[in-house]
Amino acid sequence: MGAAYAVPTAVVVTLFFLIPLGLVAVMSVDHWPLLGRATPNFPANYTDMAGDDLLRRAVGFTLKYTIIITVVLFAVSFGLALLVQNPRPGVGALRTAFFLPTAVGFATASLLFLGMLSNEIGPVNPLLRHLGLIGKPIDWITGSPTTALSSTVGLVTWRFAGFNMLILLTGLQAIPTELYEAARVDGAGRVQAFRRITLPLMRPTIALVLIMMITGSLLAFDQFYIMTRGGPDDSTTSVVMVIVRQAFVKFNLGSAAAISVAALGVLIVLNVVQLGVLRRRDS
Amino acid sequence: MRTYLRRPRRAVLAAAVAITALVLSGCGSGASSSTSASGGGGGGGSADDGTTVTMWTRAGTQTQTQALVDAYNAGHKNKVKLTVFPNEQYPDKIATSAGAHALADIFTSDVVFAPNYVSQGLWSDITADFDALPFKDAVLPSHIKAGSAEGKVYAVPHAADLSVMFYNKALYKQAGLDPDKGPASLAEFADQARAVAKLGGGVHGTYFGGNCGGCVEFTFWPSVWADGGQVMNDAGTASTIDSPQVQAVFKVYHDLYADGTADPASKQEDGTTWLGALQSGKVGIAPGPSSWLPLIRAKGVDVGVAPIPGVSGGTSTFVGGDVAGIAASSSHSRQAWDFLSWSLGDSAQVGVVAKSGQIIARTDLAANQYAAGDPAVLAINRVMANGHTPYALNFNATYNDPQSPWTSTLRGALFGDAGSALAGGQSAITKSLNQH
Repeated sequence: MGAAYAVPTAVVVTLFFLIPLGLVAVMSVDHWPLLGRATPNFPANYTDMAGDDLLRRAVGFTLKYTIIITVVLFAVSFGLALLVQNPRPGVGALRTAFFLPTAVGFATASLLFLGMLSNEIGPVNPLLRHLGLIGKPIDWITGSPTTALSSTVGLVTWRFAGFNMLILLTGLQAIPTELYEAARVDGAGRVQAFRRITLPLMRPTIALVLIMMITGSLLAFDQFYIMTRGGPDDSTTSVVMVIVRQAFVKFNLGSAAAISVAALGVLIVLNVVQLGVLRRRDS
Repeated sequence: MRTYLRRPRRAVLAAAVAITALVLSGCGSGASSSTSASGGGGGGGSADDGTTVTMWTRAGTQTQTQALVDAYNAGHKNKVKLTVFPNEQYPDKIATSAGAHALADIFTSDVVFAPNYVSQGLWSDITADFDALPFKDAVLPSHIKAGSAEGKVYAVPHAADLSVMFYNKALYKQAGLDPDKGPASLAEFADQARAVAKLGGGVHGTYFGGNCGGCVEFTFWPSVWADGGQVMNDAGTASTIDSPQVQAVFKVYHDLYADGTADPASKQEDGTTWLGALQSGKVGIAPGPSSWLPLIRAKGVDVGVAPIPGVSGGTSTFVGGDVAGIAASSSHSRQAWDFLSWSLGDSAQVGVVAKSGQIIARTDLAANQYAAGDPAVLAINRVMANGHTPYALNFNATYNDPQSPWTSTLRGALFGDAGSALAGGQSAITKSLNQH
């Protein structure tokens, strides 16, 4: 009887997860054209990765982006969570305001930033000039690799900080206030309470948020595809963009599948390591 | 402490699994539809039997396609149902649908991508039907070449588009230039752009798509051809962009950007706001697609049309636009050919295409009554004879895709050191042309 309850889930998981996963693995060892017959070519799809300059740069960029966005996004999210942790007048409004960008679809948000930062139609440059912060318009999207990356970091932080704040906030509120009261009685200051109570008890929540941030960043696609189109000069081309390019521009589905399998392997290893570290510290 | 921590950790795992499942299921949702297998193909009888034929095209040539579809539907029992996709998403859409065998009965393609679709077997062989057309030799030869392989025809011209120079007559008058005469050389083009740029007040001398591989090849390559140069060999396997002719063309545009004659927005123009810039009436002279002539006029801008010149004279054009073919997976191929053959016939070409001020796909109808009355359209029709359609199997990945080696090369040549960018780009482009 119990197994029957699990059938719907099992069917969905098999249809939409296990079968596609197996198919990707099969594709990755074949020359797989759009139409027509696939022919085995193992290990060409994997060995070709070594000679792919664009992929090599994309891997470098994706790692750099992951480190930057994880640090920035975590700092901002945790800061916001601490800011709205305690009930005070106006805190409800602040929480809503911080969370609101989450309600905007990510593709929509990317288009929104594209328009706002545009030299032709965007209000950001005229506003900054009016305030006297910049002398001449800055080309935010294609001006330089640095402006393109910072614009994207700005977009992702704006879009995701509220959501991560919410998760961190639930973690913060799960800590019993008695612990803080007891610490205060024992003479602990605010910094000490944060280090000795908040951080250790927040570890599972922080781990969840970090895993989500790192996984999401390694699989980054929408923001670069829509806003920077991987430019200027391929400087913001992520690994997933290379996969899409292999599959739908070069029609090389086998190669795209091979890079996907490699990316999946890296993600599995990374998640195992992260969860392992968390588990070891627990016991 | 231990029991306190256990639950959140389980929650962490559960959440991680849930998120992974969500991410992965989101990735797999694109390819689930399949072609309907309702009959209609094969057998005798009229091809105009009331079948609904599906057709896909891209936004860039929507106006021409919609006019043809409306005219066909008004006079036939068959109904063509048109779906239009944004330009940059269209190749993705074709690729994913082809993989799922879910293409429309007829789909168009940018003519430069056609060789690849032909080699991928996405279109069915229409050689016998095409050869039966009485006017087959007059059908735009460069488009037929792009849609053919090994003597077999797979796609026919659908919407021709040529690159030409648009100059703003009002700004030319203000700048003391002759509003009835475009530039005869690229050097004259630069002089005229600089003269207009001196007007100031938000007016710029020229404009180009400096972050758009497709825009630049469409508008710069004709200058190379006009000078007798080539951008690659005929087989589309070896790039020759490090040639003196290409260097000379890039130098002209590089200098126009460097001295502020070109609108600074040219550097980030990826094609999306290109038309808007030309419609604004604040650009002196700029190359662009001839199909935009009615769209620019519609905004009240009085534009003159001139052929794109070479650095030291001569003229040429990029014969672009779309070809259309019948999907290999279609079960309505007879009805689909009924529409395609009708669209190339005299009544459609003159009564629909020429009437709306667009380029016809038949060389024998160039002197039709609609072209005769409009000097701008005549100028466009006349330039077609010197035109080229470049041929390469790997065109999209090499030239048009944002990550293409051509896009980074042209940006280096326009906004950096032209010499080293073209030298380095040539080998990268040749390498990409040969990847299969």
